[in-house]
This record gives sequence, structure tokens and C-alpha cells, in this order.
Amino acid sequence: MAGGFFGGVHPEYNKELSRGKSIRVMPLPEQLTVYFSQNLGAPSNAVVKKGEEVKKGQVIAQPGGFVSTPVHSPTSGKIKSTGFYPSPVGTLMEAAVIIPDGRDEWEEGCDRERDTAGLTSDEIKDIVKEAGIVGMGGATFPTHVKLSPPEDKPIDILILNGAECEPYLTSDHRLMLEKTEEILEGASLFARAINVKNIVVAIEKNKPGAIEKMREAVEGRDGFSVEPMEVIYPQGAEKQLIYSITGRKVPAGGLPMEAGALVQNVGTCLAAFEAARLSRPLIQRVVAVTGSGIKNPGNVLARVGTSFRDIIDFCGGMTDDTAKVISGGPMMGVSQYSLDSAVNKGTSGIVLLKADEVAQFENEPCIRCGRCLVVCPMKLNPSALSIFAERMRYEETGEHGVADCIECGSCAYVCPSKRPLVQHFKRAKAEIRNRSKKAG
Amino acid sequence: MLTAVIALAGLGLLGSLGLAIAARVFAVETDPRAEEIEEVLPGANCGACGKPGCFDLAREIARGNADIDACPVGGEKAAKAIGKIMGIDFSGGGERYVALVLCAGDNKEALKKYQYNGIYDCVSVDMFFGGDKACSYGCLGLGTCAGACPFGAIDILPEGIAKVDSDKCTGCGKCIEACPKGIIKLVPAGRNVHILCSSHDKGAAAKKKCRVACIGCQKCVKAAPEGAIHMDDFLAVINYDAEIPESVAGECPMGTIKVFKTEDSAGQETAGGGS
Repeated sequence: MAGGFFGGVHPEYNKELSRGKSIRVMPLPEQLTVYFSQNLGAPSNAVVKKGEEVKKGQVIAQPGGFVSTPVHSPTSGKIKSTGFYPSPVGTLMEAAVIIPDGRDEWEEGCDRERDTAGLTSDEIKDIVKEAGIVGMGGATFPTHVKLSPPEDKPIDILILNGAECEPYLTSDHRLMLEKTEEILEGASLFARAINVKNIVVAIEKNKPGAIEKMREAVEGRDGFSVEPMEVIYPQGAEKQLIYSITGRKVPAGGLPMEAGALVQNVGTCLAAFEAARLSRPLIQRVVAVTGSGIKNPGNVLARVGTSFRDIIDFCGGMTDDTAKVISGGPMMGVSQYSLDSAVNKGTSGIVLLKADEVAQFENEPCIRCGRCLVVCPMKLNPSALSIFAERMRYEETGEHGVADCIECGSCAYVCPSKRPLVQHFKRAKAEIRNRSKKAG
Repeated sequence: MLTAVIALAGLGLLGSLGLAIAARVFAVETDPRAEEIEEVLPGANCGACGKPGCFDLAREIARGNADIDACPVGGEKAAKAIGKIMGIDFSGGGERYVALVLCAGDNKEALKKYQYNGIYDCVSVDMFFGGDKACSYGCLGLGTCAGACPFGAIDILPEGIAKVDSDKCTGCGKCIEACPKGIIKLVPAGRNVHILCSSHDKGAAAKKKCRVACIGCQKCVKAAPEGAIHMDDFLAVINYDAEIPESVAGECPMGTIKVFKTEDSAGQETAGGGS
């Protein structure tokens, strides 16, 4: 039994909408919009032009630095155009519009069985890097970077993140039920890459089926164990999860490796397995399509680049009174203004809500009730931070640790004044980044 | 008792003597002219000259490290007065420049792409898909520029667009830095033909998003004298050094070209509030 970090909230989970729906494979849509940059860190650079023919698995964008990943074509076809499209992360981003030719032909060298038993640590890292694998819980942090800790920071525990604490989302839950062995295979590859013997699968207790399935699967596997977690949001946040499992604290501004832990989402493990065993780059993912606004909620295996419109149509379309479409979950997701937004490597879900379920921010003054201090899992003072940010005193937000904010939204969830707290913190972080850029 | 009085008085005398000597030895040279110049400067400490505040500029002018017309806010009047103090003849400076918002797409003319609910500030809404305006170049109308203006020269009109009051504008450029869209420009005061659009979208796309967008048809370029208007990536841009006849505005099929003197308030009702 684990799950004792500070703070957190208990939102309505609403997972029953799509929890019991098996993963359905979505047929190829008529066109795909593939963003050239799909990771946190340095943006990737496009290497294809309008009119070019591409094969499935062909690299269409090269990494723009170490903390960056390549992007591959999700199918074979022709690049109709490139341009800026709304992306699920809330920006306008350059993308290639690919018209599939229907043959779905793999690039030379992809889709070949490989024996993974003899792979060395460096080989595994290279495979992960070249397959363009990023953290699939939504943060899209390049996985090969996590697998390259500095010599002086030994890692002794690998945590598989199957907490899925975000309301509504069920994609990881279904993966753990349906792709159990593949996930554990991928995890052993990660463990070998960083030479770790202790692997813990962390699952929130509201997924008893997945816990049971994983427990059966880890029997006979050395070093593996399953840890049921207390159901509290944000249990699946990396730093909170490490604390819940090991009692170790990640230092402020530090990375999990400084606490000797590595956390990988279960979907990322599956992607690593497919890359290593089947030589397939990351070109598809499971998306939970759910909420009261979707007629036929479920979990869909969609190619990267599938537009929200196509995926929603595949799930029976939206009800007439749908007011909001969110990429990700209601706590941390980003509202979309256009259904042209397309699935990227981090799109864990699409949540459709009706008007009465959508909270409105009111920009009221802070009444200093302190509720946000009680729930902030990073032990920050959201009230003070937001008041500094409102007055554009961004240096002070920095001094009060805004950089440690994980943007989980717990503070905004409990705020009686309905202040747009997370937006203030995102803005403060951006301002601090810009100022340090200007200062060189 | 007496000894105590004498001892203390002696201590006081010793201390004051020390201070008197220190004041002589460590005296800081201040240029009396710097103080005079500071009197002349507007005292807004706006930073338009590039210095942290008015006194810093006054000191630099007194030292001869800055020009007597270095204060854009004080303009010619201040420059003349400073010239007198410094014993330099002010030969008449350049033109007075005022800020102009190069967008006419208010809420009646321009489409919105989503309903925004959050922090009412242009930079914050701009971080979210580049703002709620369908046109990704246009004025977001939440008054970040008005908040940055030290002179209260910018109003946000009820139609949701920023407007500069050129009588109050001193050309300090604070609003230019503040605007996330970068669509505020300093133009010479007294000009009367303006292209109020910043959209680099191609004609068809621009037209869909805003009824007063420049569609890049180049009719104004042909109607204006050679070199007075040039095209920059589907957008007509005015060269303010050239004379442009008012009749050019009539050539614009979209009504993007407006005729008003930046000296007066463009004949529009200004509204209060905004920041």
C-alpha cells in the first residue's frame, strides 16, 4: 500500500464511461496531419517537402538537439502540403498533411522481428532514440534522455507508471489489461538499459482488474512487483509517484534521476517493446475518447496525425450540446478550438464535455482562504504566486518556486474564487524563460 | 557629573571633526547642471531613452555622453531648455513620432476563433493558439499596451481594439515592447494616410478572417507615388517618408486604408478603462 504524498485532490473520476471498452483499431483516415515537432525540449526539423512520397516509418523530421526526437510518417502516401495547424498542446504548429495511398507500406528496415535478448544497454538506447519514443503519459519528454543518467547519479528503481490519476482517461488502463506482457517486456528493456534490478508497477486501486492482471504477469519475472496506489490526484505525477513508492524526494528543480528513480508510463514501455522487438517507430497510440459529449465512448488505437474530427466521428460523433473538446484530461488538458487538431504522441485522451460541466474562470480576487496551500502537491503557495503574477512581478514568482509547479491544476480545482491559477503560473514560467533568454 | 559632560562633548566634537574631514576627502563631484537638467526632464522615469530613469539621463547629458535631445518624451521643448543649460544651440530636432496600432479589425470586423475565458491580458491569451482572434496578427484588445503606457495615451475601445491618443503619446515606445503581436509602430506625427493592417495571410485567408484586412491586391501600390507603398509578404506597407495623396485610400477595396491625421484623435470616440 503506497500513496502518501502531501496534498492532492479527489475529483470526479468518470472512468466508467470508457473503462470497460476494449481498444478498437481505427481504420486509416483520408488524411493525416503530422506535426513536425512532437516532444518537450528542442523542436525537430522537417526533412520532407510538399509533393514528396513517403513510406510508413520514414523519418519526416530530424531531432533538433539531444533533448529532441525524430518524427516518422504514420503511413505510406504523399505529402499534400505543409503549413501551420492548431496542435493539441495549444499552439499553432507546423505539420505535414499526408494523403495515405492505402498500401500502408513500411519503410525498408522497419517491421522486422528482432531478437531482443542479446541487446546491450547502448543498443537499447539507440533503438529508443531512433524510434522517436517520448513519454506517452502526456508530457512527451524524450525517453532516450531519461535513459542517459549521468555517471554520478545511479538509478536503483524503475517505476512503471500505470496510476492514470487524471479523470476520464482510460487508455493506460486498457493497455495494462490487453498488452500486459508487451509492457513488461518493454520495461525489462528499460531496466537493462540503465542496469536496474528493481521494477515496480504502480497502479491506482481504482483499477483492480489491471492490478490483478499485472500481478499474474509479474510472477516468475525477477525483480518485478506490483504496487497498488491510493486513489488521489495527482498520484501519477512523476515526483509524487516516486515519493509514494520510495519515500525519496526529488530536489526542487531537479530530475527524478537525482532521487535514484526512473519513471516510465506503461504506454511508453509498449512503444519501446514494439521498437526493439518489431523495429517499429512510434507512429500510433491509444486515445481514450470519452466524456458526456461523445455518443460512443471508447479507447481507440489511432495513427499519430489522425484529426480529432475523424476520431470523434469514429466514436459515433458528438452530441449537439457539446461545449468543450479537451485534448488530454479535464485537469491538465488543453481545450481545442478546432477539430483539425490531430493526435500527437502525447494525446492520451479526448474529452468532450457539455456546457454545465465546464467551469468558468472568474478572475475574482484571492480571498486568502488557503485551500490551495493544502492541496498543492509541491507544497508551493499558489495564492501568493498568483498575486505576484497578477501584478507582473515575475522575479518574485521565481523566488517563490513557480518553476517547481507541475501544473496539475489541484489549486484551481479547489479555488472558491475560480481564479485561473495554472494559467498565471504558465505565464510566469514563460516570462522567466524569456527574461533569462534575453539576459543570455 | 562634569567629567561625563565634558567626555561626551569631547566625543561629539571628535566625531563631528571626523565627519567634516571625511566630507572633504570623500566628496562626490556632482555636476550642478545635471540637477538643472533633471528639473527640465518630464520625470516619468519611463526608460524611453534607454536609461533607468530621468536623473541617470540628466547625469549622462551633463557629462556629455548623451545628446541634449536624448529624451524622446520631452521632445523639442526639453531639448531647447537642456541646450540652454549646456550652452549648446538646439538646431531643431527630428519630427515628433507617435505610436500607431496597425490593426482596424475590431470585434465588429474581425472573426474570433474561440470564446476566451481566463486571464484578461494580451500576452496570456496569445500563449493559447496565438489568441482568440481568427487572424493571428491582429490586435487582441485586452489592453496590455494600455497598461504599459506611462502617459495614459492608449484606450481600449468598446469594440475591443487598442487606440493611441496622439495628443498624449510621447513616442516612448513602451507599448511596442508590451504588445505580443508587435503591431504597434512609431510613425511621424501629422501624417494622414495609414494602412491599418498587419496580416501576412494570403488574400483569401485574410478576407475570411477580417472584413478590413489587407488582401495584398496592390491597387494602392499602383495608385501611390513610386516607392511610397511597398508589399511585404502579402501586406501593403507605407513608407512614411513619402507623401501620399488621400485619394489612395479610395483605391482600397477592403477599406484597410484610413485617412486621419495622427495629430488628432481620428474622429473616433475614445472610451476609458482598458488596462
